[in-house]
Amino acid sequence: MSDMKLVEAPEGIQGEGFFATSLNKVIGMARANSMWPLPFATSCCGIEFMATMGSDYDLARFGSERMSFSPRQADLLMVMGTIAKKMGPVLRQVYEQMAEPRWVIAVGACASSGGIFDTYSVLQGIDKIIPVDVYVPGCPPRPEQIIDGVMRIQDLVRDESLRRRHSPEYKQLLASYGIV
Amino acid sequence: MALNNDIVLSRLQEKFPDAIREAYINFDQLNIEIDPAHNAAILRFLKEDEEMNFNYLTDLTAVHMPDQAGKEIGVIYHLHNLYDNYRLRLKAWLPASEPVISTASSIWLGANWMERETYDFFGVRFDGHPDLRRILNVDHMEIFPLLKQYPLEDSSRDDKDDRFFGR
Repeated sequence: MSDMKLVEAPEGIQGEGFFATSLNKVIGMARANSMWPLPFATSCCGIEFMATMGSDYDLARFGSERMSFSPRQADLLMVMGTIAKKMGPVLRQVYEQMAEPRWVIAVGACASSGGIFDTYSVLQGIDKIIPVDVYVPGCPPRPEQIIDGVMRIQDLVRDESLRRRHSPEYKQLLASYGIV
Repeated sequence: MALNNDIVLSRLQEKFPDAIREAYINFDQLNIEIDPAHNAAILRFLKEDEEMNFNYLTDLTAVHMPDQAGKEIGVIYHLHNLYDNYRLRLKAWLPASEPVISTASSIWLGANWMERETYDFFGVRFDGHPDLRRILNVDHMEIFPLLKQYPLEDSSRDDKDDRFFGR
């Protein structure tokens, strides 16, 4: 008997030959367990991410087997490392190219706040240019922390209303970053 | 015969009696302060003279010393004669109001990007450079960030309280 753990079905009403639940829950479950991350790795946090993807920590256990190196097929933008101000427009363009729904995780102190690089040439946190869902602290964070960050993203994805991306609040959030 | 400090200094003084301002040993290396108006001629001599033969430009950069009135900005050349493994440091001081000096990019092609970097960070204008524009910083930057009058820290931070940094 394998000790493999499968995702449990969402709450619902079950009977002979049918199972009824809300569309939100089914889609949330499917999305949360098949995230396609786009790694945007610029420095040492990216090395920790490589360990996270490797066989020891194996992010694929959480449904993120496939790294998407095209933003157009990615769900989760993982920003790992120092983002220089010159890199800012590139990161923003990558974010804009991602299709909705999209999530962003800032891995490490530099991506979250600029970290030790409080200097004129470094962006003081990527949330200056794109909205961020989860911040992972650490310099660099261990793979366990990155996995925890991805699991927090999964929680967000699982519970997200299907209408959230159409809501005025969300549109206002994007507008506050100047993203249409 | 291998190069040494005495040979280099005496050859330079003989060839450019008016352009050699000062010479001293610093960190076991000969430093020569030169007249910025003659930098190109001196550098070309150092590279092309058969005895000098400084075939490698290790580095070209600048320093900003705001307290030295009239010679605030120093352009620094690190030269290397790879045949004799002999190194030499040249300095040319410029006023901050008019930091202009002749390019070395026609002498060593490698000076091209080094001069762009020096322009990018210190605002030194290299006369005769084929393409003098920013190389590392964002194109729309309006300052030369390594000049001491500009703060090193990012100006967009509002969470740093000076009281906690002892100032």
